[in-house]
Amino acid sequence: MATDLASPPVRAAKAPRREPGRAARALWRYRWLYLMLIPGLAYFLVFKYVPMRGLQIAFQDFVPFLGYNGSEWVGFKHFVDLFTGPDFNRLMYNTLFLALLNIVFVFPAPIIVALMLNELRINIVKRSVQSLIYIPHFLSWTIVASLTYILFSVDYGVLAGWVHEFLGGTKVDYVAQPEWFRPIIILQTLWKTTGWTTIIYLAALAGVNQDLYEAARMDGAGRLRQLWHVTLPAIRPTIVVMAILMSGNLLDMSFEQIWLMTNNLNRSTADVFDTFVYYVGINQGAFSYATAVGLFKGVAGVLLIFGSNWLAKRLGQNGLF
Amino acid sequence: MSVNQYRSVGSRVFDAVNIAVLVGLGLITLLPLLYVLAGSFASESEIASRTFFLWPEKFVTSTYEYIFATDVFVRALLTTIGVTLVGTVVQVALTLTMAYPLAKRYLPGRTLALNLVIFTVVFSGGIIPTYLVVRDLGLLNSYWALILPLAINPFYLIIVKSFFQELPEALEEAARIDGCTEMGVFFKIVLPLSKPIIATFSLFYAVGIWNDYMSPLLYIDDSSKWTLQVLVRQLTGADAQNALSALETVFFPTQGLKFAVVVIATLPILCFYPFLQKHFVKGVLIGSVKE
Repeated sequence: MATDLASPPVRAAKAPRREPGRAARALWRYRWLYLMLIPGLAYFLVFKYVPMRGLQIAFQDFVPFLGYNGSEWVGFKHFVDLFTGPDFNRLMYNTLFLALLNIVFVFPAPIIVALMLNELRINIVKRSVQSLIYIPHFLSWTIVASLTYILFSVDYGVLAGWVHEFLGGTKVDYVAQPEWFRPIIILQTLWKTTGWTTIIYLAALAGVNQDLYEAARMDGAGRLRQLWHVTLPAIRPTIVVMAILMSGNLLDMSFEQIWLMTNNLNRSTADVFDTFVYYVGINQGAFSYATAVGLFKGVAGVLLIFGSNWLAKRLGQNGLF
Repeated sequence: MSVNQYRSVGSRVFDAVNIAVLVGLGLITLLPLLYVLAGSFASESEIASRTFFLWPEKFVTSTYEYIFATDVFVRALLTTIGVTLVGTVVQVALTLTMAYPLAKRYLPGRTLALNLVIFTVVFSGGIIPTYLVVRDLGLLNSYWALILPLAINPFYLIIVKSFFQELPEALEEAARIDGCTEMGVFFKIVLPLSKPIIATFSLFYAVGIWNDYMSPLLYIDDSSKWTLQVLVRQLTGADAQNALSALETVFFPTQGLKFAVVVIATLPILCFYPFLQKHFVKGVLIGSVKE
């Protein structure tokens, strides 16, 4: 608040500067606005900032009975445990592997679909396809997981049934195989998010200057060359922003999605940082260790978003901030 | 504009393939949902004998009759509806009241408050510290735990704030001269002008609460307080038998039952879908332009 008062905005400029009790006057003058601010600020303080203070238990052996102040301080013990323990490599490998698959398959998918929709000139087909592929965005991960179990499990599963009918062999329980975990997760993400994300690219595509196409045609460019030389460069800023956003969230696998598809049989490939935090913290009650794991992931996420923003600027693109 | 470029053979083949692929994507989206719908009206033996179908040979409603006669389902459905309604009102009210003062550029301290909000987008305390706060507040096993920890979405807050900033200041000024307090301006002038955005964000929040699985997983142990999403999970997960033993009325999760519960949890979303699509597309675009 101090910085704001030091450089008075338009309204406050009417009051003489450096007058004693100016802050109190501003408080009184805008009392209704401040009153309206209180519930929202209270929310952010209680549910966002108090938990940040709670991160201190990552450096303690937190015992709920002793509380935040009574629990013993242990420095970086839990972080040392994490980095030297058996879990870290597996968690890091699983998380990065999924992140890589996301970059390779999930990121380009909406760009490709948006470009295809953009080339579609029969409006009714375009609208119908759009209406259909937006639907999964609104379905919960629980529903998506249930559909997956219904389609991919061994009893009654449609995929297992088809493979058995057409190719023979014994039925495979896809949802219980560690090696099928990643393909299933990527398929789910593609199914749920691709259609919706096209909206952002379609908006960018709608803004492309039509004269550029005319000029390209004059120069004899066919549709593919127009796509390559006009359309793609025109939506590059959007792609860059989406890439930065994605790299900031690289370690944030959707907790619900992964948790719902994890079972005792595929845990070796399924465990990622977020689900591990829940499993160790809530199920096993190791609050401090789980908080340390979560803090490590949170800090890595912040570094990733600033890093990719910096990289985008270095490459001559506009960053996010 | 030359139309000729669309007449060449290569161009036509491209168009045909393009349409085929896109229609295929549409079908991949739709078919699983239709199969589940058809399966929920089919008999157990038909589900077992046919791999995939879009229309049941014999139309059966016994699964739904069973569901609506079983306490567990009815209770979960009513719980979810109740929490969604109350939660949406609370979350929208909190978002609107906070967004309004944040929209006033002349308000001392506004920048600080905004930065406090934005910082929470980049960094958060995480699952365990938040869980401990909810526990310390005595909200475990309370329906409020499904509403309050997610009460204000910072992205929605900032979009609403931007919307308020665009409203003509002259109208508010006139009301103030007529002796309205800020509160009066907010209720009598600003809110009536904001009906479309209130509708949009009510839908945003309602869908969020309806679909939420993580909050009940974290904060609700009591099986009598299960929401629909938890029930769907317990019925269709890999270890359905074990999970359901928590219930006092044990029943066998037949395949048809799974289908029907998925349909019930999806149906409200699909009923609202035309509105959702319209408003959400607008919302996502406002969000991407103005932030």
